[in-house]
Amino acid sequence: MHPARSLLAFTTLSGMGFGLLFWLGIDPTPPKGWAALVFFAIAYALCLGGLAASSLHLRRRERALRAFSQWRTSWLSREAWGALAALTVSGAYALPLLIGVGVLPLGWLAALLSLATVGATAMIYAQLRTVPRWHHWSTPALFLLLSLTGGALLSGRVLTCSLLLVASAALQAWVWWDGDLRFARSGTTLASATGLGDRGTARALFPPHTGSNYLLDEMVVVVGRRHAAKLRVIALVLMSGLPLVLLYLPPPHLFGLLALVSHAAGVLVSRWLFFAEAEHVVGLYYGRR
Amino acid sequence: MTALPDRTDRRLGLVIDLDTCVGCHACVVACKGWNDQGYGAPLSDQDPYGAAPQGTFLNRVHSYEVTPASGPAQHVHFPKSCLHCEDAPCVPVCPTGASYKRAEDGIVLVNEDACIGCGLCAWACPYGARELDLAAGVMKKCTLCVDRIYNEALPEEDREPACVRTCPARARHFGDLSDPESAVSQLVAERGGIDLMPEQGTRPVNKYLPPRDRDGWGEDSDVLAPFLTPVAEEPQGFLGWLDRALGKL
Repeated sequence: MHPARSLLAFTTLSGMGFGLLFWLGIDPTPPKGWAALVFFAIAYALCLGGLAASSLHLRRRERALRAFSQWRTSWLSREAWGALAALTVSGAYALPLLIGVGVLPLGWLAALLSLATVGATAMIYAQLRTVPRWHHWSTPALFLLLSLTGGALLSGRVLTCSLLLVASAALQAWVWWDGDLRFARSGTTLASATGLGDRGTARALFPPHTGSNYLLDEMVVVVGRRHAAKLRVIALVLMSGLPLVLLYLPPPHLFGLLALVSHAAGVLVSRWLFFAEAEHVVGLYYGRR
Repeated sequence: MTALPDRTDRRLGLVIDLDTCVGCHACVVACKGWNDQGYGAPLSDQDPYGAAPQGTFLNRVHSYEVTPASGPAQHVHFPKSCLHCEDAPCVPVCPTGASYKRAEDGIVLVNEDACIGCGLCAWACPYGARELDLAAGVMKKCTLCVDRIYNEALPEEDREPACVRTCPARARHFGDLSDPESAVSQLVAERGGIDLMPEQGTRPVNKYLPPRDRDGWGEDSDVLAPFLTPVAEEPQGFLGWLDRALGKL
Protein backbone atom coordinates (compact mmCIF):
# COMPACT_ATOMS: atom_id res chain seq x y z
CA MET A 1 0.00 0.00 0.00
CA HIS A 2 1.12 3.53 -0.73
CA PRO A 3 2.60 5.12 2.43
CA ALA A 4 0.79 8.46 2.16
CA ARG A 5 2.50 11.19 4.18
CA SER A 6 -0.87 12.40 5.47
CA LEU A 7 -1.65 8.99 6.98
CA LEU A 8 1.87 8.52 8.41
CA ALA A 9 1.66 11.89 10.17
CA PHE A 10 -1.92 11.28 11.30
CA THR A 11 -1.46 7.85 12.85
CA THR A 12 1.85 8.80 14.51
CA LEU A 13 0.88 12.20 15.94
CA SER A 14 -2.73 11.47 16.90
CA GLY A 15 -1.69 8.13 18.36
CA MET A 16 0.67 9.88 20.77
CA GLY A 17 -1.81 12.68 21.48
CA PHE A 18 -4.67 10.36 22.39
CA GLY A 19 -2.21 8.25 24.40
CA LEU A 20 -1.32 11.33 26.44
CA LEU A 21 -5.02 12.15 26.93
CA PHE A 22 -5.50 8.59 28.23
CA TRP A 23 -2.81 8.92 30.88
CA LEU A 24 -3.97 12.41 31.88
CA GLY A 25 -7.50 11.07 32.17
CA ILE A 26 -6.72 8.17 34.50
CA ASP A 27 -4.19 10.08 36.62
CA PRO A 28 -5.50 10.06 40.25
CA THR A 29 -3.43 13.21 40.89
CA PRO A 30 -3.71 15.08 37.59
CA PRO A 31 -1.57 18.16 36.87
CA LYS A 32 -3.30 21.39 37.74
CA GLY A 33 -3.03 25.06 36.81
CA TRP A 34 -0.22 25.91 34.39
CA ALA A 35 1.08 22.34 34.32
CA ALA A 36 -2.36 21.12 33.21
CA LEU A 37 -2.45 23.79 30.51
CA VAL A 38 0.92 22.67 29.10
CA PHE A 39 0.06 18.94 29.14
CA PHE A 40 -3.36 19.37 27.53
CA ALA A 41 -2.01 21.88 25.00
CA ILE A 42 0.58 19.30 23.88
CA ALA A 43 -2.06 16.57 23.66
CA TYR A 44 -4.45 18.78 21.67
CA ALA A 45 -1.68 19.96 19.34
CA LEU A 46 -0.75 16.35 18.56
CA CYS A 47 -4.34 15.14 18.14
CA LEU A 48 -5.52 18.09 16.08
CA GLY A 49 -2.30 18.24 14.06
CA GLY A 50 -2.73 14.57 13.19
CA LEU A 51 -6.39 14.99 12.32
CA ALA A 52 -5.58 17.99 10.13
CA ALA A 53 -2.95 15.89 8.34
CA SER A 54 -5.48 13.10 7.84
CA SER A 55 -7.88 15.49 6.11
CA LEU A 56 -5.18 16.06 3.47
CA HIS A 57 -5.78 12.45 2.45
CA LEU A 58 -9.29 13.36 1.27
CA ARG A 59 -9.68 14.49 -2.33
CA ARG A 60 -12.88 16.40 -1.52
CA ARG A 61 -12.11 17.96 1.85
CA GLU A 62 -15.05 20.37 1.62
CA ARG A 63 -17.38 17.41 2.22
CA ALA A 64 -15.43 16.02 5.19
CA LEU A 65 -18.32 16.58 7.64
CA ARG A 66 -20.31 13.91 5.81
CA ALA A 67 -17.90 11.36 7.30
CA PHE A 68 -19.82 11.60 10.58
CA SER A 69 -22.96 10.09 9.08
CA GLN A 70 -22.25 6.32 8.82
CA TRP A 71 -21.10 5.41 12.34
CA ARG A 72 -23.35 2.32 12.35
CA THR A 73 -21.32 0.58 9.63
CA SER A 74 -18.06 2.44 8.97
CA TRP A 75 -14.96 2.42 11.17
CA LEU A 76 -13.78 5.63 9.54
CA SER A 77 -17.00 7.32 10.64
CA ARG A 78 -16.66 5.86 14.16
CA GLU A 79 -13.13 7.21 14.31
CA ALA A 80 -14.42 10.71 13.47
CA TRP A 81 -17.01 10.49 16.26
CA GLY A 82 -14.46 9.03 18.67
CA ALA A 83 -12.01 11.86 18.04
CA LEU A 84 -14.72 14.49 18.47
CA ALA A 85 -16.02 12.88 21.69
CA ALA A 86 -12.56 12.29 23.17
CA LEU A 87 -11.45 15.86 22.50
CA THR A 88 -14.71 17.33 23.82
CA VAL A 89 -14.76 15.31 27.06
CA SER A 90 -11.03 15.89 27.58
CA GLY A 91 -11.67 19.60 27.19
CA ALA A 92 -14.45 19.45 29.74
CA TYR A 93 -12.06 17.63 32.08
CA ALA A 94 -9.14 19.98 31.42
CA LEU A 95 -10.90 23.34 31.94
CA PRO A 96 -11.71 22.83 35.67
CA LEU A 97 -8.17 21.46 36.15
CA LEU A 98 -6.78 24.83 35.07
CA ILE A 99 -8.33 26.37 38.19
CA GLY A 100 -7.38 23.38 40.32
CA VAL A 101 -10.62 21.34 40.27
CA GLY A 102 -10.39 17.73 39.12
CA VAL A 103 -13.58 15.87 38.13
CA LEU A 104 -12.00 12.43 38.01
CA PRO A 105 -14.92 10.42 36.43
CA LEU A 106 -14.86 12.84 33.51
CA GLY A 107 -11.16 12.01 33.10
CA TRP A 108 -11.91 8.28 33.04
CA LEU A 109 -14.48 8.80 30.33
CA ALA A 110 -11.99 10.92 28.35
CA ALA A 111 -9.39 8.15 28.72
CA LEU A 112 -11.82 5.51 27.48
CA LEU A 113 -12.86 7.62 24.49
CA SER A 114 -9.22 8.33 23.60
CA LEU A 115 -8.41 4.63 23.50
CA ALA A 116 -11.59 3.95 21.53
CA THR A 117 -10.50 6.50 18.94
CA VAL A 118 -7.10 4.86 18.46
CA GLY A 119 -8.85 1.49 18.31
CA ALA A 120 -11.23 2.74 15.62
CA THR A 121 -8.29 4.08 13.58
CA ALA A 122 -6.62 0.67 13.76
CA MET A 123 -9.86 -1.10 12.84
CA ILE A 124 -10.01 0.86 9.56
CA TYR A 125 -6.96 -1.17 8.56
CA ALA A 126 -7.68 -4.39 10.45
CA GLN A 127 -11.13 -4.80 8.86
CA LEU A 128 -9.65 -5.07 5.34
CA ARG A 129 -9.58 -8.71 4.33
CA THR A 130 -7.96 -7.54 1.10
CA VAL A 131 -4.74 -6.74 2.98
CA PRO A 132 -3.91 -9.95 4.85
CA ARG A 133 -1.04 -8.34 6.75
CA TRP A 134 -3.49 -5.90 8.37
CA HIS A 135 -6.48 -8.22 8.76
CA HIS A 136 -5.47 -9.45 12.21
CA TRP A 137 -6.13 -8.69 15.90
CA SER A 138 -2.52 -7.57 16.30
CA THR A 139 -3.17 -4.43 14.24
CA PRO A 140 -5.38 -2.74 16.88
CA ALA A 141 -3.22 -4.26 19.64
CA LEU A 142 -0.06 -2.65 18.29
CA PHE A 143 -1.73 0.69 17.55
CA LEU A 144 -3.09 0.81 21.12
CA LEU A 145 0.17 -0.31 22.71
CA LEU A 146 2.22 2.27 20.78
CA SER A 147 -0.32 4.97 21.63
CA LEU A 148 -0.09 4.09 25.34
CA THR A 149 3.73 4.02 25.11
CA GLY A 150 3.91 7.45 23.47
CA GLY A 151 1.44 8.86 25.97
CA ALA A 152 3.36 7.48 28.92
CA LEU A 153 6.57 8.96 27.52
CA LEU A 154 4.92 12.36 27.01
CA SER A 155 3.45 12.38 30.52
CA GLY A 156 6.81 11.47 32.10
CA ARG A 157 5.87 8.05 33.56
CA VAL A 158 9.37 6.55 33.46
CA LEU A 159 8.71 3.06 34.88
CA THR A 160 5.38 2.52 33.08
CA CYS A 161 6.91 3.82 29.89
CA SER A 162 9.93 1.51 30.17
CA LEU A 163 7.68 -1.53 30.51
CA LEU A 164 5.52 -0.38 27.59
CA LEU A 165 8.62 0.27 25.44
CA VAL A 166 9.71 -3.32 25.96
CA ALA A 167 6.21 -4.71 25.39
CA SER A 168 5.57 -2.70 22.22
CA ALA A 169 8.99 -3.62 20.79
CA ALA A 170 8.26 -7.31 21.41
CA LEU A 171 4.81 -7.10 19.83
CA GLN A 172 6.17 -5.11 16.88
CA ALA A 173 8.90 -7.71 16.23
CA TRP A 174 6.36 -10.54 16.33
CA VAL A 175 3.97 -8.62 14.05
CA TRP A 176 6.72 -8.31 11.43
CA TRP A 177 7.61 -11.99 11.69
CA ASP A 178 4.02 -13.20 11.63
CA GLY A 179 2.93 -10.55 9.12
CA ASP A 180 5.31 -11.96 6.50
CA LEU A 181 3.35 -15.24 6.60
CA ARG A 182 -0.17 -13.82 6.49
CA PHE A 183 -0.55 -13.37 2.73
CA ALA A 184 0.18 -17.03 2.11
CA ARG A 185 -2.10 -17.97 5.01
CA SER A 186 -5.01 -15.96 3.53
CA GLY A 187 -5.32 -18.49 0.71
CA THR A 188 -5.80 -15.84 -1.98
CA THR A 189 -3.62 -16.56 -4.98
CA LEU A 190 -3.60 -15.81 -8.70
CA ALA A 191 -5.27 -19.22 -9.07
CA SER A 192 -8.26 -18.20 -6.91
CA ALA A 193 -8.27 -14.66 -8.30
CA THR A 194 -8.67 -15.88 -11.88
CA GLY A 195 -10.40 -19.20 -11.20
CA LEU A 196 -7.90 -20.78 -13.60
CA GLY A 197 -6.06 -22.71 -10.88
CA ASP A 198 -7.50 -26.16 -11.57
CA ARG A 199 -6.44 -25.99 -15.22
CA GLY A 200 -2.75 -25.59 -14.53
CA THR A 201 -0.29 -22.96 -13.41
CA ALA A 202 -1.49 -19.45 -14.16
CA ARG A 203 0.83 -16.52 -14.64
CA ALA A 204 0.21 -12.93 -15.64
CA LEU A 205 1.23 -12.60 -19.26
CA PHE A 206 0.82 -8.89 -19.87
CA PRO A 207 -1.00 -6.09 -18.06
CA PRO A 208 -4.26 -4.49 -19.26
CA HIS A 209 -2.60 -1.11 -19.71
CA THR A 210 0.88 0.06 -20.60
CA GLY A 211 1.12 2.88 -18.07
CA SER A 212 0.36 2.96 -14.38
CA ASN A 213 -3.06 3.55 -12.86
CA TYR A 214 -4.71 4.44 -9.56
CA LEU A 215 -4.75 0.81 -8.41
CA LEU A 216 -1.03 0.32 -8.96
CA ASP A 217 -0.05 3.70 -7.50
CA GLU A 218 -2.25 3.20 -4.44
CA MET A 219 -2.19 -0.52 -3.70
CA VAL A 220 0.73 -2.19 -5.47
CA VAL A 221 3.56 0.04 -4.27
CA VAL A 222 6.65 -2.11 -3.96
CA VAL A 223 9.38 0.54 -4.03
CA GLY A 224 8.97 1.36 -0.33
CA ARG A 225 9.92 -2.19 0.66
CA ARG A 226 13.42 -2.09 -0.79
CA HIS A 227 15.17 -1.49 2.53
CA ALA A 228 12.58 -3.18 4.73
CA ALA A 229 15.03 -5.27 6.79
CA LYS A 230 17.24 -2.28 7.61
CA LEU A 231 14.22 -0.10 8.35
CA ARG A 232 12.87 -2.70 10.79
CA VAL A 233 16.10 -2.54 12.79
CA ILE A 234 16.14 1.27 12.63
CA ALA A 235 12.51 1.41 13.77
CA LEU A 236 13.11 -0.88 16.75
CA VAL A 237 16.24 1.01 17.86
CA LEU A 238 14.63 4.45 17.56
CA MET A 239 11.23 3.41 18.85
CA SER A 240 12.29 1.41 21.91
CA GLY A 241 16.03 0.77 22.30
CA LEU A 242 17.31 4.33 22.38
CA PRO A 243 14.45 5.77 24.51
CA LEU A 244 15.00 2.99 27.09
CA VAL A 245 18.57 4.24 27.60
CA LEU A 246 17.84 7.96 27.31
CA LEU A 247 15.04 7.80 29.91
CA TYR A 248 17.51 6.96 32.66
CA LEU A 249 20.13 9.61 31.88
CA PRO A 250 20.29 12.85 33.89
CA PRO A 251 19.07 15.60 33.44
CA PRO A 252 15.59 14.08 32.93
CA HIS A 253 14.00 16.87 30.92
CA LEU A 254 16.70 17.11 28.24
CA PHE A 255 17.04 13.35 27.77
CA GLY A 256 13.31 12.88 28.14
CA LEU A 257 12.82 15.17 25.17
CA LEU A 258 15.46 13.26 23.19
CA ALA A 259 13.76 9.98 24.11
CA LEU A 260 10.47 11.39 22.88
CA VAL A 261 11.92 12.56 19.56
CA SER A 262 13.63 9.20 19.08
CA HIS A 263 10.43 7.28 19.89
CA ALA A 264 8.31 9.42 17.56
CA ALA A 265 10.82 8.95 14.73
CA GLY A 266 10.84 5.19 15.38
CA VAL A 267 7.04 4.98 15.30
CA LEU A 268 7.08 6.95 12.05
CA VAL A 269 9.48 4.41 10.49
CA SER A 270 7.33 1.56 11.81
CA ARG A 271 4.24 3.18 10.24
CA TRP A 272 6.10 3.59 6.94
CA LEU A 273 6.69 -0.15 6.97
CA PHE A 274 3.08 -0.78 8.06
CA PHE A 275 1.92 0.74 4.77
CA ALA A 276 4.85 -0.02 2.47
CA GLU A 277 5.01 -3.72 3.34
CA ALA A 278 1.24 -4.28 3.22
CA GLU A 279 0.35 -6.29 0.12
CA HIS A 280 -3.14 -5.87 -1.36
CA VAL A 281 -4.60 -8.93 -3.08
CA VAL A 282 -5.40 -6.88 -6.22
CA GLY A 283 -1.67 -6.99 -6.99
CA LEU A 284 -2.15 -10.66 -7.89
CA TYR A 285 -4.10 -9.66 -11.00
CA TYR A 286 -0.99 -7.79 -12.14
CA GLY A 287 1.32 -10.67 -11.23
CA ARG A 288 2.76 -8.66 -8.36
CA ARG A 289 2.26 -8.24 -4.65
CA MET B 1 -27.00 4.31 4.29
CA THR B 2 -24.01 2.07 3.81
CA ALA B 3 -25.58 -0.99 5.39
CA LEU B 4 -25.99 -3.69 2.76
CA PRO B 5 -29.60 -4.64 1.94
CA ASP B 6 -30.65 -7.95 3.52
CA ARG B 7 -31.72 -9.19 0.13
CA THR B 8 -32.13 -7.73 -3.33
CA ASP B 9 -35.20 -8.30 -5.50
CA ARG B 10 -33.03 -9.08 -8.49
CA ARG B 11 -29.32 -9.70 -9.00
CA LEU B 12 -28.36 -7.97 -12.22
CA GLY B 13 -24.87 -8.75 -13.40
CA LEU B 14 -22.56 -9.98 -16.11
CA VAL B 15 -21.45 -13.41 -17.23
CA ILE B 16 -18.05 -13.29 -18.89
CA ASP B 17 -16.96 -16.10 -21.16
CA LEU B 18 -13.21 -16.64 -20.87
CA ASP B 19 -13.42 -19.17 -23.68
CA THR B 20 -14.60 -16.77 -26.36
CA CYS B 21 -13.02 -13.48 -25.25
CA VAL B 22 -10.45 -12.57 -27.89
CA GLY B 23 -8.86 -9.76 -25.90
CA CYS B 24 -9.74 -6.97 -28.34
CA HIS B 25 -10.45 -4.41 -25.57
CA ALA B 26 -13.56 -3.17 -27.39
CA CYS B 27 -15.48 -3.43 -24.09
CA VAL B 28 -12.85 -1.23 -22.42
CA VAL B 29 -13.24 1.44 -25.09
CA ALA B 30 -17.04 1.21 -25.16
CA CYS B 31 -17.16 1.54 -21.36
CA LYS B 32 -14.84 4.53 -21.35
CA GLY B 33 -16.81 6.10 -24.19
CA TRP B 34 -20.24 5.67 -22.61
CA ASN B 35 -19.11 6.79 -19.17
CA ASP B 36 -17.61 9.98 -20.54
CA GLN B 37 -21.11 11.26 -21.24
CA GLY B 38 -23.99 11.56 -18.86
CA TYR B 39 -23.76 9.58 -15.62
CA GLY B 40 -21.52 11.26 -13.03
CA ALA B 41 -18.09 12.77 -13.49
CA PRO B 42 -16.50 11.83 -16.84
CA LEU B 43 -13.64 9.32 -16.70
CA SER B 44 -10.56 11.52 -16.89
CA ASP B 45 -7.08 10.92 -18.27
CA GLN B 46 -3.88 12.32 -16.85
CA ASP B 47 -1.03 13.29 -19.17
CA PRO B 48 -2.77 11.50 -22.07
CA TYR B 49 -0.26 12.56 -24.76
CA GLY B 50 2.77 12.82 -22.47
CA ALA B 51 5.45 10.48 -21.23
CA ALA B 52 3.41 8.74 -18.52
CA PRO B 53 -0.22 8.62 -19.58
CA GLN B 54 -2.84 7.11 -17.28
CA GLY B 55 -6.55 7.40 -16.72
CA THR B 56 -9.66 6.09 -15.05
CA PHE B 57 -11.25 2.95 -16.48
CA LEU B 58 -14.13 0.89 -15.09
CA ASN B 59 -13.28 -2.20 -17.08
CA ARG B 60 -9.87 -3.62 -17.92
CA VAL B 61 -8.72 -6.72 -19.78
CA HIS B 62 -5.89 -8.72 -18.24
CA SER B 63 -4.10 -11.60 -19.97
CA TYR B 64 -2.94 -14.80 -18.37
CA GLU B 65 -1.13 -17.90 -19.49
CA VAL B 66 -2.17 -21.25 -18.02
CA THR B 67 0.26 -24.12 -18.28
CA PRO B 68 -1.34 -27.52 -17.61
CA ALA B 69 0.62 -30.48 -16.26
CA SER B 70 0.83 -31.78 -19.83
CA GLY B 71 -0.08 -30.27 -23.15
CA PRO B 72 0.24 -26.80 -24.57
CA ALA B 73 -0.03 -23.61 -22.55
CA GLN B 74 -3.25 -21.69 -23.00
CA HIS B 75 -3.65 -17.93 -23.30
CA VAL B 76 -6.69 -16.50 -21.49
CA HIS B 77 -7.98 -12.96 -21.93
CA PHE B 78 -9.56 -11.82 -18.72
CA PRO B 79 -11.92 -8.81 -18.65
CA LYS B 80 -12.51 -7.48 -15.15
CA SER B 81 -14.98 -4.90 -13.88
CA CYS B 82 -17.13 -4.51 -10.74
CA LEU B 83 -18.72 -7.85 -9.78
CA HIS B 84 -21.61 -6.20 -7.89
CA CYS B 85 -21.02 -8.53 -4.95
CA GLU B 86 -23.90 -9.58 -2.73
CA ASP B 87 -21.65 -9.06 0.28
CA ALA B 88 -19.86 -6.04 -1.19
CA PRO B 89 -16.98 -5.12 1.17
CA CYS B 90 -16.70 -1.67 -0.45
CA VAL B 91 -20.11 -0.52 0.80
CA PRO B 92 -20.05 -0.74 4.63
CA VAL B 93 -16.59 0.87 4.88
CA CYS B 94 -17.83 4.13 3.33
CA PRO B 95 -17.94 6.86 6.00
CA THR B 96 -20.35 9.15 4.13
CA GLY B 97 -23.00 6.83 2.73
CA ALA B 98 -21.88 7.64 -0.83
CA SER B 99 -21.31 3.97 -1.60
CA TYR B 100 -24.47 1.87 -1.68
CA LYS B 101 -26.06 -1.30 -3.05
CA ARG B 102 -29.53 -1.01 -4.54
CA ALA B 103 -32.16 -3.25 -2.98
CA GLU B 104 -34.20 -3.46 -6.20
CA ASP B 105 -31.55 -4.85 -8.57
CA GLY B 106 -28.33 -5.29 -6.56
CA ILE B 107 -26.31 -2.73 -8.51
CA VAL B 108 -23.49 -1.18 -6.44
CA LEU B 109 -23.25 2.56 -7.06
CA VAL B 110 -21.48 5.67 -5.78
CA ASN B 111 -23.34 8.89 -5.06
CA GLU B 112 -20.58 11.16 -6.30
CA ASP B 113 -22.04 14.24 -4.62
CA ALA B 114 -21.45 12.65 -1.20
CA CYS B 115 -18.03 11.07 -1.93
CA ILE B 116 -15.11 12.64 -0.03
CA GLY B 117 -12.50 10.75 -2.05
CA CYS B 118 -10.93 8.95 0.92
CA GLY B 119 -10.27 5.83 -1.17
CA LEU B 120 -11.18 3.34 1.56
CA CYS B 121 -13.74 1.53 -0.62
CA ALA B 122 -11.06 0.92 -3.26
CA TRP B 123 -8.85 -0.57 -0.53
CA ALA B 124 -11.71 -2.82 0.57
CA CYS B 125 -12.35 -4.23 -2.93
CA PRO B 126 -10.23 -7.31 -3.68
CA TYR B 127 -10.84 -7.06 -7.43
CA GLY B 128 -9.54 -3.56 -8.13
CA ALA B 129 -12.95 -2.59 -9.46
CA ARG B 130 -12.91 0.93 -8.07
CA GLU B 131 -10.68 3.71 -9.30
CA LEU B 132 -10.52 7.20 -7.85
CA ASP B 133 -10.83 9.75 -10.63
CA LEU B 134 -7.83 12.02 -10.19
CA ALA B 135 -9.52 14.98 -11.90
CA ALA B 136 -12.91 14.82 -10.16
CA GLY B 137 -11.56 13.53 -6.83
CA VAL B 138 -14.41 11.05 -6.46
CA MET B 139 -14.59 7.27 -6.67
CA LYS B 140 -15.64 5.77 -9.99
CA LYS B 141 -16.89 2.27 -10.59
CA CYS B 142 -18.94 0.21 -13.03
CA THR B 143 -22.61 1.25 -12.85
CA LEU B 144 -23.72 -1.73 -14.94
CA CYS B 145 -24.73 1.11 -17.29
CA VAL B 146 -27.69 1.92 -15.07
CA ASP B 147 -28.34 4.84 -17.42
CA ARG B 148 -28.72 2.45 -20.40
CA ILE B 149 -30.47 -0.63 -19.06
CA TYR B 150 -33.58 1.26 -17.91
CA ASN B 151 -33.38 3.98 -20.57
CA GLU B 152 -36.57 3.94 -22.61
CA ALA B 153 -35.17 6.61 -24.94
CA LEU B 154 -32.84 3.95 -26.33
CA PRO B 155 -33.91 1.23 -28.78
CA GLU B 156 -34.61 -1.97 -26.86
CA GLU B 157 -31.55 -3.80 -28.17
CA ASP B 158 -29.33 -1.07 -26.70
CA ARG B 159 -30.73 -1.44 -23.18
CA GLU B 160 -27.77 -3.44 -21.93
CA PRO B 161 -24.35 -2.37 -20.64
CA ALA B 162 -22.10 -0.75 -23.27
CA CYS B 163 -19.45 -3.48 -22.85
CA VAL B 164 -22.00 -6.23 -23.55
CA ARG B 165 -23.54 -4.38 -26.48
CA THR B 166 -20.19 -3.85 -28.16
CA CYS B 167 -18.48 -7.22 -27.62
CA PRO B 168 -17.80 -8.65 -31.10
CA ALA B 169 -17.16 -12.15 -29.72
CA ARG B 170 -20.34 -12.29 -27.63
CA ALA B 171 -18.15 -13.06 -24.65
CA ARG B 172 -20.16 -10.83 -22.32
CA HIS B 173 -23.73 -11.50 -21.25
CA PHE B 174 -26.05 -9.38 -19.13
CA GLY B 175 -29.07 -10.50 -17.13
CA ASP B 176 -30.71 -11.34 -13.83
CA LEU B 177 -28.68 -13.98 -12.02
CA SER B 178 -31.31 -14.40 -9.30
CA ASP B 179 -33.73 -15.91 -11.83
CA PRO B 180 -32.75 -19.53 -12.51
CA GLU B 181 -34.67 -19.42 -15.80
CA SER B 182 -32.79 -16.42 -17.19
CA ALA B 183 -30.41 -16.93 -20.11
CA VAL B 184 -27.40 -15.92 -18.01
CA SER B 185 -28.31 -18.34 -15.18
CA GLN B 186 -28.75 -21.15 -17.73
CA LEU B 187 -25.37 -20.32 -19.21
CA VAL B 188 -23.71 -20.37 -15.79
CA ALA B 189 -25.31 -23.74 -14.97
CA GLU B 190 -24.39 -25.25 -18.33
CA ARG B 191 -20.77 -24.07 -18.42
CA GLY B 192 -19.95 -24.26 -14.71
CA GLY B 193 -19.59 -20.53 -14.06
CA ILE B 194 -17.34 -19.61 -11.16
CA ASP B 195 -16.79 -16.85 -8.59
CA LEU B 196 -13.50 -14.94 -8.40
CA MET B 197 -11.69 -15.11 -5.03
CA PRO B 198 -14.48 -17.05 -3.26
CA GLU B 199 -12.33 -17.13 -0.10
CA GLN B 200 -12.76 -13.36 0.26
CA GLY B 201 -16.41 -13.95 1.13
CA THR B 202 -17.76 -11.27 -1.22
CA ARG B 203 -20.29 -13.51 -3.03
CA PRO B 204 -19.88 -11.83 -6.42
CA VAL B 205 -22.93 -11.65 -8.71
CA ASN B 206 -20.83 -11.62 -11.91
CA LYS B 207 -19.74 -15.09 -12.99
CA TYR B 208 -16.86 -16.25 -15.18
CA LEU B 209 -17.19 -19.16 -17.61
CA PRO B 210 -13.91 -21.13 -17.63
CA PRO B 211 -12.16 -21.80 -20.95
CA ARG B 212 -13.15 -25.04 -22.66
CA ASP B 213 -10.53 -27.76 -22.98
CA ARG B 214 -8.33 -27.42 -26.03
CA ASP B 215 -7.12 -30.17 -28.37
CA GLY B 216 -4.04 -31.75 -26.91
CA TRP B 217 -0.73 -32.76 -28.43
CA GLY B 218 -1.84 -36.37 -28.62
CA GLU B 219 -0.89 -38.97 -31.24
CA ASP B 220 -3.43 -38.14 -33.89
CA SER B 221 -4.03 -34.47 -33.29
CA ASP B 222 -1.17 -33.33 -35.51
CA VAL B 223 -1.99 -34.65 -38.99
CA LEU B 224 0.91 -32.89 -40.72
CA ALA B 225 3.69 -34.17 -38.49
CA PRO B 226 4.38 -37.39 -40.46
CA PHE B 227 5.01 -35.34 -43.60
CA LEU B 228 7.43 -33.03 -41.88
CA THR B 229 9.89 -35.53 -40.41
CA PRO B 230 13.49 -34.63 -41.32
CA VAL B 231 14.76 -36.67 -44.31
CA ALA B 232 18.51 -36.20 -43.76
CA GLU B 233 19.85 -36.50 -40.21
CA GLU B 234 23.52 -36.10 -41.35
CA PRO B 235 24.57 -32.92 -43.18
CA GLN B 236 25.71 -33.47 -46.81
CA GLY B 237 28.02 -31.60 -49.25
CA PHE B 238 29.69 -28.38 -48.08
CA LEU B 239 27.90 -28.38 -44.71
CA GLY B 240 28.95 -31.99 -44.25
CA TRP B 241 32.61 -31.14 -44.97
CA LEU B 242 32.38 -28.12 -42.60
CA ASP B 243 30.84 -30.32 -39.92
CA ARG B 244 33.58 -32.94 -40.25
CA ALA B 245 36.37 -30.33 -40.42
CA LEU B 246 35.15 -28.51 -37.34
CA GLY B 247 34.69 -31.81 -35.54
CA LYS B 248 38.40 -32.66 -36.06
CA LEU B 249 39.70 -29.39 -34.61
